[in-house]
Amino acid sequence: MAALLALPAAVPLIAIVFATLTPDTEVWAHLARYVLPRVIGNTLALVGGVLVLTAVIGVGLAWLTAACEFPGRRFFDWALMLPLAVPGYVLATIAVGFLDFAGPLQSALRAVLGESARLPPIRSGGGVVIVMSLALYPYVYLLARSAFATQGARVLEAARTLGHPPRRAFWSVSVPIARPWIVIGLALVAMETLADFGTVAVFNYDTFTTAIYRAWFGFFSVNAALELAAVLLLLVALALAAERYARSGARFAVETPARGATRLVLGRRARWFATGVAAGVLLIAFALPLLQLLVWAVQHAPRDLDLRYFGLVGRSLALASLAAALIVVAALLLAYATRCDGRRATRALARLATLGYAVPGTVLAVGVIVPVAFATRALEATFGPSSYVPYLQGTLVTLLLAYVARFMFVGHGAIDSGLQRITRSIDDAAAGLGVRRLALLQRVHLPLLRSGLAAGATLAFVDVMKEMPITLIARPFGWDTLAVRVFEMASEGEWERAALPAVAIVLVGLVPVAILTRRSVHAA
Amino acid sequence: MLLEVDTLRRTFGGMHAVEDLSLRLAEGSIGCLLGPSGCGKTTALRCIAGLETVDAGEIRAGGKLLSRPGRLVPPEDRGIGMVFQDYALFPHLDVARNIGFGLHRLDAGARRRRVAELLTLVGLDAYAQRFPHELSGGQQQRVALARALGPRPQLVLLDEPFSNLDVELRERLSQQVRAILTRLGTTALMVTHDQHEAFALADVVGVMRQGKLEQWSSPVDVYHRPATRFVADFVGAGVFVSGQVVGPGAVRTEMGVVQGSSATGLVTGHRVNLLLRPEDVVFDAASLLTARVADRSFRGADDLYTLVLPSGLRLLSLARSQAQLPVGSTVGIRIDPRHVVAYPAHA
Repeated sequence: MAALLALPAAVPLIAIVFATLTPDTEVWAHLARYVLPRVIGNTLALVGGVLVLTAVIGVGLAWLTAACEFPGRRFFDWALMLPLAVPGYVLATIAVGFLDFAGPLQSALRAVLGESARLPPIRSGGGVVIVMSLALYPYVYLLARSAFATQGARVLEAARTLGHPPRRAFWSVSVPIARPWIVIGLALVAMETLADFGTVAVFNYDTFTTAIYRAWFGFFSVNAALELAAVLLLLVALALAAERYARSGARFAVETPARGATRLVLGRRARWFATGVAAGVLLIAFALPLLQLLVWAVQHAPRDLDLRYFGLVGRSLALASLAAALIVVAALLLAYATRCDGRRATRALARLATLGYAVPGTVLAVGVIVPVAFATRALEATFGPSSYVPYLQGTLVTLLLAYVARFMFVGHGAIDSGLQRITRSIDDAAAGLGVRRLALLQRVHLPLLRSGLAAGATLAFVDVMKEMPITLIARPFGWDTLAVRVFEMASEGEWERAALPAVAIVLVGLVPVAILTRRSVHAA
Repeated sequence: MLLEVDTLRRTFGGMHAVEDLSLRLAEGSIGCLLGPSGCGKTTALRCIAGLETVDAGEIRAGGKLLSRPGRLVPPEDRGIGMVFQDYALFPHLDVARNIGFGLHRLDAGARRRRVAELLTLVGLDAYAQRFPHELSGGQQQRVALARALGPRPQLVLLDEPFSNLDVELRERLSQQVRAILTRLGTTALMVTHDQHEAFALADVVGVMRQGKLEQWSSPVDVYHRPATRFVADFVGAGVFVSGQVVGPGAVRTEMGVVQGSSATGLVTGHRVNLLLRPEDVVFDAASLLTARVADRSFRGADDLYTLVLPSGLRLLSLARSQAQLPVGSTVGIRIDPRHVVAYPAHA
């Protein structure tokens, strides 16, 4: 069972590894000469820049809200998670639309200061780094904040009674203790950055994902796409290894809830500076973009709010619900498979089945389509051209398989943590009362798992709604979604018309953030 | 006096966590604040450490003013070490580095020597490279103590230092800690809710109730001459019997006149409640006063009896466990207190 469930994630990986074992030397030579140098340089610069910036923003803000006291702290504590709701490609679309030469800001500047007034070009390496960091810093913020909050004020107080003033204690105690969580956050940021397609596409900044996309659609070169994907996977594996390593380090750290924790009371100037920084990040990363988005959406609503738009919404919702249902069922089966059969091999398969979260969407899509096409050809060769064919290639099945592979992790995490709370002794207690098998599932497990199932379904649903590259590459003809529409408008430079579909995506994206903030408010 | 606390007050949201607290601790002695949870003893300790500001009063150590309203010497500049209830060891540092954490003013060689010295002091030489999560609770506790002692503080504060340990370990460790502190001549102030711990460790014990210090004296006095009825109740077992003062150190009760050296100011003629500790009630076959054995609990060396007088009054009595009396039997008893401790009846 576990092996079957691991297939959607495993097959693309195997296909890609297989492709690199039989490299097409001519394609490879071309790539190595014309594509790889630039793409590798760009990608590494991007990842490096985003890591530095998200570390500074995320750790800094986390320290302020978790350990200090300043005006508005309670509000910023949860509000700083809001940017999670805005996908990078939406933020990028708004940023470019707003700051570009023809955008409202520069036009206004020119009107006031004359024709020569201009900003540094937004579509630059620096621009991508800033926008992507603003979209991704919440990962670091979330993990670092909970690390700072759970390490308790006690260790900091201990450091002070040992003669370390607060500023030094921050570097000698707080940060080192939180390091594993910060590294996990940064590893997730690295994976997201490597996986990102939408943001870099909007900025015309060439990375692996855009190169794969172009190899696939521009040159129709399956081999080139597969080989680029393989190199990208190597980089992802590095980030994944960092994450796994950090998780093993995090196991031993003590977690004492900060009972009656005393926060560091900042001086008057530092206090308002903290408020200013938090407000600034929130404004730039969330409030202002959202405002601009709404303004554009309202401007274009009369023209664009038509049947076509509702078609996009309907297809997005349909795909997301279908995928969420599939993911929940698959994740539930996987969770039970590992529960009933604790062998190492089963556990390893479960890990494999959830590995998709690390694999960039473009890679996954290519990796799913190629074997499916291969299987289709094999079927045709055996049975002759027949009605099997449309059931596989370029159909919803392929797309949904890719979704399941990519987002299994999200659903499985929520459901499995719920299932782990149902201990063996609960089963035994129920059995002692004569409740077993189906009755046990119905009367004990299902009620206990309900919230986990709901959380898993919600998270998967929202992630599929926001997903762009898989949909772009693997969708059947005519299955445009909101995300695809945003991409199309953005790539045609029609930033303002991307707003209407983007608003819907952001609204849906707010749901999991709301769940997250409510949970963290409960915990605090 | 090394530590001087004067009329200290600390308020949390209108509630007085500590109120009008004054105490003195001589250099080299070990003090202990004893009280039920929520009585403000930990808050008092945190004020002394500089981790809390004060709303009224003053704290001085070694003659230097540390705290008063509006002024606070930060904890890092006080030279006061602290052992936290949860030890607060740094999980990312091994034992040697934990202990060396406060020694940043020493050069590397001096630091290494001092850490080795401290490891030997607490008997953890073999564990220098271990991490906190690899240690038992008792070992963690000793690391916390060594870490606090490292910078040779003028005063060490211990917040419920043994509460996370099991009972057996608690006793052994409290003896070890006392031995270490007295050998170094360290002044220490401890906080606990466990009177056995307080008596085993401290030279001076203070009993706190709702933010106020009810008594600050030697353990013997706290037990035998409790200053208030609360102290008498909180420390040790016993029952209160109503009576009337008939003379110096003499109280008439339903069991006759009880006589002993007077510990609290008694005014002849006043109605009082007389404290009878279990050891004040002794078996005496010749006595005319008899009681029925209602319950007996075995305690090892002795038995704690619950006795009922014909009037229905219940008494506790401690007796050697060799001659056990069955529940339901009748015994002769004699009331023989060393000190007569009584409080006005309306209290």
